Amino acid sequence: MASDRPPTGLSRELIALRAARELEPGSIVNLGIGLPTLVAGFVEPADHILFQAENGILGYSGISESDFDSDLINAGGQPVDLVPGASFFDTADSFTMIRGGHIDAAILGGLQVSARGDLANWYVPARGGGSVGGAMDLAVGARRLIIAMAHVTREGEPRIVDVCEYPLTAECCVDVIVTDLAVIDVTVGGLTLRETAPGISAEEVAAWTGTPLLIPSSVPEMSL
Amino acid sequence: MTVEICDTPEAAVGDIANGATILVGGFVSAGTPSNLILALKRTGQTGLTAVANNIGLGDLLDELCENRQLARVIATFAIRASGTRSSRFEAQYRAGEAELELVPQGTLIERLRAGGAGLGGVLTRTGLGTMMADGKETIEIDGERWLLERPLRGDAALIRAWRGDRQGNLQYRLAGLNFNPVMATAADVVIAEVEEIVEAGEILPEQIATPGIYVDRLVQCEPVPVRWDG
Repeated sequence: MASDRPPTGLSRELIALRAARELEPGSIVNLGIGLPTLVAGFVEPADHILFQAENGILGYSGISESDFDSDLINAGGQPVDLVPGASFFDTADSFTMIRGGHIDAAILGGLQVSARGDLANWYVPARGGGSVGGAMDLAVGARRLIIAMAHVTREGEPRIVDVCEYPLTAECCVDVIVTDLAVIDVTVGGLTLRETAPGISAEEVAAWTGTPLLIPSSVPEMSL
Repeated sequence: MTVEICDTPEAAVGDIANGATILVGGFVSAGTPSNLILALKRTGQTGLTAVANNIGLGDLLDELCENRQLARVIATFAIRASGTRSSRFEAQYRAGEAELELVPQGTLIERLRAGGAGLGGVLTRTGLGTMMADGKETIEIDGERWLLERPLRGDAALIRAWRGDRQGNLQYRLAGLNFNPVMATAADVVIAEVEEIVEAGEILPEQIATPGIYVDRLVQCEPVPVRWDG
């Protein structure tokens, strides 16, 4: 390692903003709990991205600032505002959408991602028990899976690793990893560095990544 | 098809047996039958297995742990990752006093659907290659692998809707549907709390999300304010 602490990259908000840029206009998107919920605040209304919440809403625009209604929440329990054309449905319908390939993209948080795109994001062995929610269904069912997470743990350990040590959410499911340091694609050839955060070099990203990275001859800086 | 209109939530849940499996509808604060849960706390049955999306996330299911009424929980959210605020259930689980079966959300709803629909099980990709597949059968069909998940039913279901009519037909509001309509199909006795009981015909047929055929008991209650603030 170059030093004990990784360089300072993007804030949580900027990770969410960069992850939002991965979304295609007109797509149907599910956001995981935690950092991914911030993504709803960074999409362009003109892009007509429709958010699905696994508790049974298609078409919310973001976290609501108005009066709390206990029956109008997202999967994280937060109040949401609806967009025109929104719909409600039960959990069976919701997971028909998710497992059935009807969701264009999911953005989830991660604890670890492996070289072949395995995801671990639901179980911290030191805590035990766990909470899985819809993560396993989203990981196998969303057409494109984007992981938004910190590049390393609080202790400075890489989260992008050869093989996940934490229990898996699903195998070979991740398409893109957006972190405070980089955007990395999971490709058949391996993990490929696509962009670096402003002020971060490709070498620094590689030094804080726990598995080999393919680094193209020219890696652009993110435009935020 | 007769629906019993109960005067109080205690009367609606009082004959649930010790050791029963209860399905509890709702998702965090939405569509959660909090009056029925609190009534069950007062009627005091023990050794219960609760099947619910979540416990200890601002829901009142965790209240049943105060007097150790839950022996086992089958849920998708049970132990918070951060550990900053643990629930009573979490403490009892860690002390080995209550069991937990964690189930992916999409698998939980389909297991309940199978239980209610007379199906023998669910084949899903969800959980393959993970701890969720431990001890379970996988089946190969046309070259693709699937995990076999078994049907799930309850002795009783506690659900919440917005309005119910005297034939047991239920109408939900907003995102209050979630687990409720499927749980209504998957238990021997289905008990619904509603904000208002109306005459048959007042809920239009196309607004009915749970037909009365599934519902055994109705009780009218003011909703309990519940909020999860993370």
